[in-house]
Parts: sequence; structure tokens; C-alpha cells
Amino acid sequence: MSDSTVLGLHHEEEHHPELLHHFVDAQQQRDASSLGMWIFLATEVMFFGGLFCSYLIYRRWYFGDFGAASKSIDATLGATNTAVLICSSLTVVLAIWAAQTARRTLLIGTLILTMLFGLAFLGIKGKEYKDKFDEHHVPGASFSFDHVPVPGHPDQYANPRHAEIFFALYFIMTGLHALHMIVGLGVFSWLLYMAWKGHFTPEYHTPLEIGGLYWHFVDIVWIYLFPLLYLIDRHP
Amino acid sequence: MSDHSKSSPLKTYFSVWVALLAGTFLTYKAAFIELGRFNAAVALIIATIKALLVALFFMHLKGAHERLLKLVVISTIFFLFILIVLSMADYGTRTWS
Repeated sequence: MSDSTVLGLHHEEEHHPELLHHFVDAQQQRDASSLGMWIFLATEVMFFGGLFCSYLIYRRWYFGDFGAASKSIDATLGATNTAVLICSSLTVVLAIWAAQTARRTLLIGTLILTMLFGLAFLGIKGKEYKDKFDEHHVPGASFSFDHVPVPGHPDQYANPRHAEIFFALYFIMTGLHALHMIVGLGVFSWLLYMAWKGHFTPEYHTPLEIGGLYWHFVDIVWIYLFPLLYLIDRHP
Repeated sequence: MSDHSKSSPLKTYFSVWVALLAGTFLTYKAAFIELGRFNAAVALIIATIKALLVALFFMHLKGAHERLLKLVVISTIFFLFILIVLSMADYGTRTWS
């Protein structure tokens, strides 16, 4: 009994308000949160992995048709979006650094910048989707992809049914990615609110790190989506 | 964050950022050059280097000491490898398709 009293007292003395009682110390709590996030990211890798795998199978089968369909997407918009996401990843690490070094203005500024980059990404994505709707490249009843030559074979037209599979994969993969971006924006508005309230200190800023891991993961998915969807067989 | 972040990591962050932007530019430009079947290889190699840069420096895998975390990351890559390589080994060797 005396043991537990001593432990309790000891605990009481250096108890950080954010330290939950079932953790030994702040480091253990932080490691546990980070490990949990990485396990979640592992499930996300498998989730996107299945889509990438089906993409690879169809791309092997219908390479020419995929090339023709990929060429109809604006690669410059895709490259711009890649750069936008990379910049947002930089502002995320800067936000964590700002919290570690107790720079409140920088922390709030970089969090707002991250969200602005995220919104810019979604805006550019929306423009791209609008173009695809205008061109009737959305799989479904009004889909049309007639008389589009296969890259490298000007005398040969792409099979519209095969191109439709490319566009289905394009919309599912970029759509799920965009959904992750929207969730990320939600997470970051909450982080911004917490930062505004002054919850993050050099000792405690785990939510920033966890939210950052998620944001970087979504960035990595895009790093693969960009060349795979936008840059098939582009050369003249 | 442990000791390694005490010496300002800003230089690393900005260098990685520049490298990532350069990689994006390179992927974009390389796609318009005729390299035959190597176009896809170049694009995927650059993408993998970029992904590694993000994971190691932005997600702080470099300098992570926890063994459990390493186990999770390595098994993730391993299972993704099984998913893609075994599927492609099947579809890639079907002579009738």
C-alpha cells in the first residue's frame, strides 16, 4: 500500500496535464500514438495497394488504350498539383518544428498555409474533373472515347471500353485520394484550433506529429499516382 | 522528438523540399522523352526516391529508434510486395492473354 502511495505521489509531482494515467511517461505515450498511426497507415497502404495492383494488371493488358486515355488528361495540372502537395508537406514539418521551438505565430501560419495548399490541390483537381465531364470521359452512359489514336500507332484507334477502364481507375484512385485530402483538411482545422488555443508546447505536440504522418502519407500516394495516371506513354 | 532535432533540422527540410520539387520536374520532363520501356522504370524509380525522402525525413523514420515501428514499416512494405509481385507474376506469365 505504501508503495502505491509513493508511486502516486511521485506521479502527481511531474504529471503533465496531457499525460494519461496508463502511460509511464510522455515518451511512452508519444511512441504509442505514433505506433498506432503507423499501423493505421499500414492498412492504408494495403487499401491503396489493391487499387495500384489492379491498375498495373489492366495497364499491362491494355497498354495502348491506357496511353491514349492518359494523354487526354492535363499533365501540367497534375505536375502543378504534385508541387502543391510537396509544398504542403514542407509546411507540415515546419509546423511541427515551430511547436518544438515554441514559435506560435509560425505554427499557426504554417498550419493555415498547409490548409491553403490542400484547398488549392482540391481546386485544381476540380478543374481537371470538370474537363473530364465536359469531354464525356467519365465512365457511364455518356462515356465516349471514339477515334482517339493509340500513341505510337497513328493508324490505330484506342478501344473505348478499355479506355473506360482507365478512366474508372483514374476517378476511383484520384477520388479516394481527394477524399483523404478532405479528411486531412478536417484534421488540420482541428489542429489549427488546438494550436490557436495554445495546446501545443515543446513538451507536448503529439497530435501535430500524428496529423503530419497522415498528411505525408497522402502526399506519398500522390507521388505514385501522378506518374502512373498522367504520364503513360507521353513522348511524341 | 529526441536529440537529433536539437541541431536545427530546417536545412534538411528545405533540402528535401528542393529535391522533391526537382524530382517532380524531372519525372515530368522524362515522360516526354522517348525511352521505350524505360519510361515507366524511370518514372517509378524517381517516385520511389521521392517517397523515401518523404518517409525518412518528413515522417522522421530516419532516427526512429523503436523496433516495433521498424517492424510495422518493414512488414507493410513486405505485404505490399507480396500483393503486387505475386499478382504480377501470375498475370505477367499467362501466355493466353
